[in-house]
Amino acid sequence: MAEIKIEHVTKRFGNFVAVDDVSLTVEDQEFTVLVGPSGCGKTTLLRAVAGLGMADEGRISIGGRDVTYLPPRERYISMVFQSYAIFPHMNVFDNIGFGLKVRKVEKLELERRVREAAELLHIEDFLDRYPKALSGGQRQRIAVARAIAMQSQVLLMDEPLSNLDALLRLEMRAELKRLLQEIGATTIYVTHDQVEALSMGDRIAVMRGGAILQYDEPSVVYDMPANQFIGSFIGNPPMNFLRAQVQREDGRVNVRIGSFTLTPSDGMLPVLKAYDGKPILLGIRAENTEILNHQAHDALEVKILVVEPLGSQNLLTAQIGEETIKVSTHPNLAVRLGEVVWLRFPTDKIRWVDRDSGQVLYP
Amino acid sequence: MTTTVKTPRPVVQADPEVRAIHRRMLRRQRLSRAMVHLIAILLSLWVLIPIWFTASMALTSPTTVRSYPKSVLPFIPFSTDTMEFFLKSRGILPGITNSVVVAVLTLALSTLIAAPAGYAISRYIFRGRDAFRLSILAVRAFPIVVLSIPLALIFIRLNIYDNVFSLAMMHTALALPTTILVLSSVFASIPYELEEAAQIFGCSPAQAFRRIVLPLVLPGIAASALFTFVLSWNDVFAASILAPLENRTLPVQILITLDESSEPYQFAGGFFMLIPALIFIFFIRRYLFNMWGQITK
Repeated sequence: MAEIKIEHVTKRFGNFVAVDDVSLTVEDQEFTVLVGPSGCGKTTLLRAVAGLGMADEGRISIGGRDVTYLPPRERYISMVFQSYAIFPHMNVFDNIGFGLKVRKVEKLELERRVREAAELLHIEDFLDRYPKALSGGQRQRIAVARAIAMQSQVLLMDEPLSNLDALLRLEMRAELKRLLQEIGATTIYVTHDQVEALSMGDRIAVMRGGAILQYDEPSVVYDMPANQFIGSFIGNPPMNFLRAQVQREDGRVNVRIGSFTLTPSDGMLPVLKAYDGKPILLGIRAENTEILNHQAHDALEVKILVVEPLGSQNLLTAQIGEETIKVSTHPNLAVRLGEVVWLRFPTDKIRWVDRDSGQVLYP
Repeated sequence: MTTTVKTPRPVVQADPEVRAIHRRMLRRQRLSRAMVHLIAILLSLWVLIPIWFTASMALTSPTTVRSYPKSVLPFIPFSTDTMEFFLKSRGILPGITNSVVVAVLTLALSTLIAAPAGYAISRYIFRGRDAFRLSILAVRAFPIVVLSIPLALIFIRLNIYDNVFSLAMMHTALALPTTILVLSSVFASIPYELEEAAQIFGCSPAQAFRRIVLPLVLPGIAASALFTFVLSWNDVFAASILAPLENRTLPVQILITLDESSEPYQFAGGFFMLIPALIFIFFIRRYLFNMWGQITK
């Protein structure tokens, strides 16, 4: 059992608060991804767990053991560094076996575990080579093999794929995911790549400004972002946000976008009532928008500005009043530039956002 | 409805005037490159010819040295007589011993002091780091004379004047600025993440240093130590002020006896002084470039 529990951790560099009162629990064998733009404190938080930069306040425990101020070697964790941190004066075998040797694992056992880790990462043919003679992708595999050979219950990864080229990254992503499922270590994985976060994590924690904004399963974070920032940061294209106005007419709560009137779902009515007469934001994902070639009472008239064929879909940019909206459509859908079409927003896919706080409103 | 679009045919640069300009530019480029080479060769000869001449005189018989006009190897007979004559001269062997002792002491002292200092400068951000860096260099700004004469007085008072150990301390002080800066750049070339990785995988900070950093910086430390050795070996100024009597180093011995000595002695002495520097600099040239900011990986 190795549950990682972070409680009210704060870390400052001078006057700059890098991690601000963060609490996070990673269940045993869970794969949690910390994701956020650069400077959001995700790496600082990971390093506090690793013991490479001690927290100023708060408590970190691993498997019920308080490790907040223990040196890294007493935490019994493994880590993969962004720069790989492969030892250049050791061959691949010694690199993978380094931790085991320091921990004085018996020689036969060490050899068995190094070979096992090397085989899992398909680098068993390079064991007597030196890192200098290997490619970036192979070095990356050594770093991962070195971490898993330890068979620690906790594995920390700091942007392990960010130094690989796009194709290799795609390949390693799937391979890492399979590998981590196999070894079942409690993992914290740091990345700034929202695709990596969505595709790999059991749960993802979106960070900004040293705080965790949302911690949930990828599908929830994607579908129900906690605020406007997450909607824009997670997912490509970002979630659309349109300016709207709540209005009460004949006892009904309606939302106006320009001259178009939309009736929100019944569940949202009590929440939206409070916004009567006030501006609000309507959030909708590009793929949740229906496109019609004829007028309908519940569809919004838009003009096509850009058509981007992406192979698997056509990404349209359309104009609504002074704003634009991204809509993804089937690649076979024929639309021309400047054409007028109608968009329908399924009411259960609409997220309503408070314009002042940026928070998504929940029923 | 098809319209044929006329694309302009690519212009072939057959214009003789253009070609002439191109040829002229190419010629000028080649000429300037040749000039750079020529200057480099001249500069090298400026240094190499005296060395060659000295070596020729030192490695021939004393009679050839005294003869006139002088020539150079391989046009004169090779002989070790001149060198043997020099090495057997009075005061030379003790001078060599003293020089080696002082140089080795300097090497050991300055490495022991400079390695931790260099590590600290490269790894830790501490208050006054830049001021510290600058003050290291400032030591270098004092002329040796300014340092040596007060030191001589102090050494006389402390009764450690004319002593290889006190001279080694002086040489250490002179060598430290360079050594510290060289070693800090050597340490800076080892990513700190390597130490962190070692700590994650079970090392204490000291173990991480010994298992990871030390093996990686050892060549660099060796290079800086050799550099210190040469520095001490070549010093004549501090040595002639601080140890001019019983414990003369080789350069001091040669300098003091220079006026009354013969030509073969002078050439042999010069050549002998040159050898260690030449050999060591050859081995550590890569690190010297490093020191001047050209980090090659």
